[in-house]
Parts: sequence; structure tokens; C-alpha cells
Amino acid sequence: MSTPMVLSENVHKSFGHLEVLKGIDLKVDPGEVMCILGPSGSGKSTFLRCINHLEKINAGKLWVDGQLVGYQERGGKLHELSEKHIAAQRRDIGMVFQRFNLFPHKTVLDNVIEAPVQVKKERKADARDRARTLLDRVGLGAKVDNYPAQLSGGQQQRVAIARALAMRPKLMLFDEPTSALDPELVGEVLDVMRALAEDGMTMVVVTHEIGFAREVGDSLVFMDGGVVVESGPPREVINNPQHERTKSFLSKVL
Amino acid sequence: MSEPSSAGAEAPAERVRPEPIKAVPVRHPGRWVAVAVIVVLVAMFVHMLVTNPAFQWSFMVNHMFRSPIIEGVRTTLVMTVLAMLVGILLGIVAAVLRLSPNPVLSTAAWLYTWFFRAVPRYVLLVLFGNLGILYARFEFGLPFDHQIADLLGIDFSARIFGLNANTFLTGFTAGLIGLALSEGAYMAEIVRAGIQSVDPGQNEAAQALGMGRAATMRRIILPQAMRVVVPPTGNEVTAMLKDTSLLVAVPVTNELFFQLEAIGNRTFQVFPMLVAACLWYLALSSILMIGQYFLERYFGRGFGTQQRRRRLGIRGGAGGA
Repeated sequence: MSTPMVLSENVHKSFGHLEVLKGIDLKVDPGEVMCILGPSGSGKSTFLRCINHLEKINAGKLWVDGQLVGYQERGGKLHELSEKHIAAQRRDIGMVFQRFNLFPHKTVLDNVIEAPVQVKKERKADARDRARTLLDRVGLGAKVDNYPAQLSGGQQQRVAIARALAMRPKLMLFDEPTSALDPELVGEVLDVMRALAEDGMTMVVVTHEIGFAREVGDSLVFMDGGVVVESGPPREVINNPQHERTKSFLSKVL
Repeated sequence: MSEPSSAGAEAPAERVRPEPIKAVPVRHPGRWVAVAVIVVLVAMFVHMLVTNPAFQWSFMVNHMFRSPIIEGVRTTLVMTVLAMLVGILLGIVAAVLRLSPNPVLSTAAWLYTWFFRAVPRYVLLVLFGNLGILYARFEFGLPFDHQIADLLGIDFSARIFGLNANTFLTGFTAGLIGLALSEGAYMAEIVRAGIQSVDPGQNEAAQALGMGRAATMRRIILPQAMRVVVPPTGNEVTAMLKDTSLLVAVPVTNELFFQLEAIGNRTFQVFPMLVAACLWYLALSSILMIGQYFLERYFGRGFGTQQRRRRLGIRGGAGGA
């Protein structure tokens, strides 16, 4: 059996006295597309941010590709990783944010080559070539010299996806990638994500797009109140939810 | 011609575009009154400039470009630029330290800002001018080497090189250090405000890409902070230009204002030289404003609307490094 891409064992996370995650157990296999659904405040975004250590977990264990996230186990004791090592772990994990978070002072092309050149020390010319290929793939080959502010939300989000892909990640995290978009622009971003899934990318997607979860997702997780209420193949969970909480949520969003 | 068309009966293409509106504009009598008042006041002022003999215009023009004055302009400009450069660097370092999660570093940065913002520049300059009292020589090497040697009972010195305080702390250096340290404290607050104005999502995005803290600060946060930092820094530059006139406290005597005043005192024509000082500072700060305009344009790239960008003369898509 291959190492799971993400493995989460009884993960807890609190902000002060507020416990946001109350014991999350999840497994994402390589090549799997997992969609996480749930009402706001359910902890789904927080869990996603724990996977690349943007949030520090308080209890439990979390592995990405067999490596503990943020810690190292030596002699039965956990040692915090230095910032350098945490940065190294993050290199292999791409993240796409709800509000795009493109670098506004850099052109589209410079946004995409920034991390490969600065972090991976790739040669600028190579990074540019690859960035152009990636931008072509997300349909933005003509926008390489524009600044993010000159693009629509959907275009910005596609650049953000290309920027994450430029680091050749083995795992992509999507934090409500279409929630900040005008309804007519949602489709273009979902199309890019669908193509990425078809290429075999391992993806964890926090979303409200039930249609996407049903058609593209390999598994679906429904979270509420900091716990996983229900999980399974998307069609089963959506068509035949077992828990009351899932039923009432789906009845409101479908 | 102007009869109302029956609703939706005609195709839009056949509709005749009505004549552009020609309406009588609203009158603004108040504006005319204001114009009249201002014109009269300006006329009175100009009349005074021309007729009052105390201005001594030809005397002023004859003396305000003398070589000691030009040298004073040079000293003033060089001091302004150097003090600002050192001050900005100090400010960036202090701001970054202040925002550091390390409590020792952030406290040290706070103490620096606290002290140098509290002490008036004039007092600082007098103090640095008298620093020779404290040290006869400045020596560089291992700290406390003589004390350690005494403790161990050996003869040991770890000085690498030394400078005589009187040669090192010439007026110019002392003045530069004083002004730069003071400026650094103000710049620290300006830079800190700039850093905090950057969307936290930018930091997260850079971290998620595997960039380290230093690279994130240098490549992502500071360039965006500059957009907020540049306008108040323009203020600081202008203030610095003017504060070089305090250098007499060190004393540095070859700066602009001292030289102008000296001519005034020597010739008993004080007032014309004061007017000359106003004109010189006005001219110099106008030049600095032009520099600020270009800096703001550079660091504002990628922000603002298309229209604004066009007005600033940046072609959409072009530019960027």
C-alpha cells in the first residue's frame, strides 16, 4: 500500500479558548480529490491551513507524504522544525486562497516565477518558459505582462493556480477558490481544477460547489462544529446522507 | 421632431440622437467676489515687494550665488541625502526588529525609537558635537578585552584599529550621525506603518510557496509597504533639508543657512539674505518633490485603476521588473 498523501490522526486546533478542530481523522491517497463541505465556522478552512502548517495544531498528528507536518520525531519526542525546514515542507504543497493573494506589485509572469526563482533557484529563463506553459494551460497566455489588478477575479484565481503549480507540488490545497468570484466566473476556475484532477493531481478542496464535489471529487467530507460528521464517495453522501446535520445542510445548499 | 415616440414601436437604430443639452450654467457670484479679494491682496503684496527698499533685490541676487553659498548648498544637499539614506536603512531595520517575534529584538527597537524621538534634533546635534569629551579615541576590536586581561592577569589587547575622535568626529560626521539616528527613529515608525498596511494574505501566500521570512519581507512585503512609506518619507526629506540648518549646533558652518546669514551679518543686510534663504530652500525642496513623484509612480505600480495608470503615463502591461 502506498503512503497516504495526507494522513490526519485526531487533530485538534484551538484559537485561545475556542476549539475549532475537535479530533479530525482523515486520509487522502495519492491522486485522490477530496472535497470538504460544511457550514462556515465548521473548521474546514482551518484544517486545510493546518496541512501546510499555516496553523499549528495543538494535539494529534498530521503527515503529508509520510512526513510529520511542522515536527520531527526523535527518540520518542516531538521537536519543532525550524522555519527553514517548514518552508521546505511547504514547497511541495501548493495552496490556492479564497481571495487569490496574488502579489499586486508584480506582473502575472513575475507572480508565477517568483517562488521557483527565489526558492528553488531555478534559472530565470527556464522559469519563464515554464510559467508561460502553465499560463497557457490555464488560458491566460495573453496576460503574462498584465498586473493582477487588470484581471478579473476568475483570471486572477487561474493565475494563482498557475503560481502554485510552478513549484511542481505533489499536493494542492484549495481554500474556497470560487467563493469570492462573480457567479459567471466560477465556471472557468472549476474547469481548470477539473483538468488538474484529470491529470492526476492530489487535491484537497474546501468548497461550496456541490456540483464540482459530485463530478470531480473522489471522496467527500462533511464537517460541522470541528468534527467530521460524514464522509464517503460524493454521490452517496450527497444523494443519501446518513446524518441529520448533513441532510439539513445539503437541503439548504442544493 | 420632439414628439414622444410610441413605446418601443421603433427599432433603436432608427431613433434620432437628440441634440446635446445646452443649459445655462449655475452662476457662482461668490467665486467672483473671492477672485476680486485675492487679486487685490496679491497686488498689495507685489507692490510691497517692488517698492519696499529693505528687500534690496539686486544686492540679494548679487550675493545669493557666491561660492561659499554654493558650497553651502552642496553641503546641505549631501547631508540631506546621506542622513536620509542612513536614516531609512536604520528605520527599516528598526521596523523589522520591532515586528520580530523575538521580544529582545522588538524591545531593543522600541527603546531606540523611544529615545531618539524624544530628544530634540538640536540637542542631539550639540551632544554629538561634544562626543569628543567622552572618548578621545574610537577603537574597534573585542569588547572588554582589557578588563578580561586584567582578570586573567595577562597582558592582552584585541584592538584591530582605532580612530582619533577629533579626526573621526569632524563636524560633518558628528552631524551626520546625529541627524541619521534621529531620522531612523521616525522612519522606523513610518516603515512599520507601511509593513502593517500590507494585506496579511500576502505573507501567507509567500509562506505557502515555501519562501522564508527574510525573502518574504524583502521581495513581497517591503515593496508593497513602500507605496505607503514613500509619501510620508517625502515629508521627512523636506524636514531633513530644513533641519540641516541646525547643524550650526555641532558646529558645521559650511551649510547653506549659516553661510547666508554670515553674509547678512557681515554686510548689515540681514533681511535680503533671509529672503534668499527662503528662495533657496523653496527651490531645493521643489527639486526633491519631483524625485518623490517618480518614486511614488514606481512603487504604485500594479495598484489603482487603469485610468489612474494612464494618467501617470504607465502603459498597461508594460513595465515591471
